[in-house]
Amino acid sequence: MKKTLLAVFAAAFLWACSGDPPKDDGKAGVEDRTAGKPGADAAKSVPVTPQKVAPVTVGPTGKPGPSPLRDPKNILSKRSIFYDYDSDVIKDEYRPLLQAHAKYLADNPNARMLVQGNTDERGGREYNLALGQRRAEAAKRVLLLMGAREVQIESVSLGEEKPRCEEKTEGCYGQNRRSDLLHSGEF
Amino acid sequence: MKRFAALFSRLALFLLLGLCTAARAQLSIEITGGGANLFPIAVLHFAGEDQLPASITDIVEADLQRSGRFRLQYSGGVGAPPTEASQVNFTEWRNRSADALVIGTILRLPDGRFEVRFRLLDVLRQTQLLGLGFTLSAAQLRLTGHKIADAIYEKLTGERGVFSTRIAYVVKQNGRFELRIADADGQGSQTALASREPIISPSWSPDGTRLAYVSFENKKAVVYQHSLATGQRQVVANFRGSNSAPAWSPDGRQLAVVLSRDGGSQLFLTNADGSNVRRLAQSQSIDTEPFFSPDGQSIYFTSDRGGSPQIYRMAVSGGEPQRITFEGSYNVSPRVSSDGKTLAYIARNGTRFQLASMDLASRQVQVLTDTQRDESPSFAPNGRMILYATDLGGRGVLAAVSADGRVRHRLTVQAADVREPAWGPYTDK
Repeated sequence: MKKTLLAVFAAAFLWACSGDPPKDDGKAGVEDRTAGKPGADAAKSVPVTPQKVAPVTVGPTGKPGPSPLRDPKNILSKRSIFYDYDSDVIKDEYRPLLQAHAKYLADNPNARMLVQGNTDERGGREYNLALGQRRAEAAKRVLLLMGAREVQIESVSLGEEKPRCEEKTEGCYGQNRRSDLLHSGEF
Repeated sequence: MKRFAALFSRLALFLLLGLCTAARAQLSIEITGGGANLFPIAVLHFAGEDQLPASITDIVEADLQRSGRFRLQYSGGVGAPPTEASQVNFTEWRNRSADALVIGTILRLPDGRFEVRFRLLDVLRQTQLLGLGFTLSAAQLRLTGHKIADAIYEKLTGERGVFSTRIAYVVKQNGRFELRIADADGQGSQTALASREPIISPSWSPDGTRLAYVSFENKKAVVYQHSLATGQRQVVANFRGSNSAPAWSPDGRQLAVVLSRDGGSQLFLTNADGSNVRRLAQSQSIDTEPFFSPDGQSIYFTSDRGGSPQIYRMAVSGGEPQRITFEGSYNVSPRVSSDGKTLAYIARNGTRFQLASMDLASRQVQVLTDTQRDESPSFAPNGRMILYATDLGGRGVLAAVSADGRVRHRLTVQAADVREPAWGPYTDK
């Protein structure tokens, strides 16, 4: 029991550290975090100047609670979209995923995202870096069309430098041709 | 008994040292193409060389051999090595088919350093072509060997040698990345930067004192410049998006870089300290891998503006880029020789990525290797050899090939996975 409490507290502490400090410091207790509905208050927490990384912001979900971003049942926990060889076309099957992330960003104006584009290992490193950049930017464009704002998303490329799978097989190459969506606190 | 044990251990040590030397000396040199016109030369053991911690003439021989321009004649079985031209039995060396002969002496100086004097002799004319001396500490043995080889190479070929230049490359080992600097033969490496995140695209400043490169230590591509002597680092470009592909201007004052800050991967120029960033070209396509022509007037780069990645050239002052490569659907990583006449690049042929060269005047293309995954070519400062990365049994290795494709060898870098080589400039004029 003690251990569980400690774990919950530790998790809560980490969670609190992972984003900007919550505005409503006084009333936010550990117990609230489990009770709060994810994203429930998000629409209400409109910051004064969206451009600023202001100290008055609340956490990404507005009210403390388990992050929908890490809930395996929530589509927001899915973070990768995959591409065909030498292509930056976003396939239709990833639209719902991007839609969910775009909505999350729209609902949480202070939330930030890093889109990391990746390629398979074939070809030149710098050209692959540029291809990964193009993939990340394609994903970002779709997210912007779906309601996220420019200031929220940075698109970068890791090129072929951080392969998820290291074998020289078609299956592996397919795993490595992807963009990963990272939310605040994850990069 | 004790003395026997001591003798035995000394013998064991000696054997071990011998093994190490043998391991270090292993070098796969392949000379292809008929009618190879190799200059026959013999390098004799220098008198007093045993005082040195390792053989200096081995280094000289290995350098000359690796250049692919000499045939090293057997130099053993001559008894006491001659130290003066007058002591040389020229008839014997002519019978051994050596056209040139290298002799020398090593002297131990009172301060613990050494003095090496050597002579390059013309066997047929029985005259001295060259005589030089160097003073060195034991730690400078390799560099001195390279300098001797450079002097011999220059005297006999009329071109500057590159044996005493340095190379940079990246090693990936146990999840760590190290940017290393080594002698041109891959030996004597020193780590300039160690990181848990990838390092790519090292580029030497024209004076050889600094490297620009891309490091992912901040979870994205950022361009740094790094002073090798002091280890001092400076961010050159860290804008929103990716920052990559640094290339020095020949005067060392500017860097061409690729930034995605305004969308897409595009070419920019910046001062070496990162100030005064301005756009070099504007396109809707990928423009990357800038490389200055030796006169600093043009920039070669890779672009997919025509539908597939190809190499283009544009004036630094602006204007319409001109397409350079036409064969095949994938040509990347342009590098130009120091005389501006030859372009080295990577061409895809089917599923293979191979090092190719183009004579820029005639536009004649030659594929220089028969490997599968060549990457990152760079010319030796004298333009004779091209260093590149390739794959051997799933492992990254460094290799070099002569610009005419005739001489090939692998560098013996003892590391798991080696990539991103860059051949440094001459460091003394």
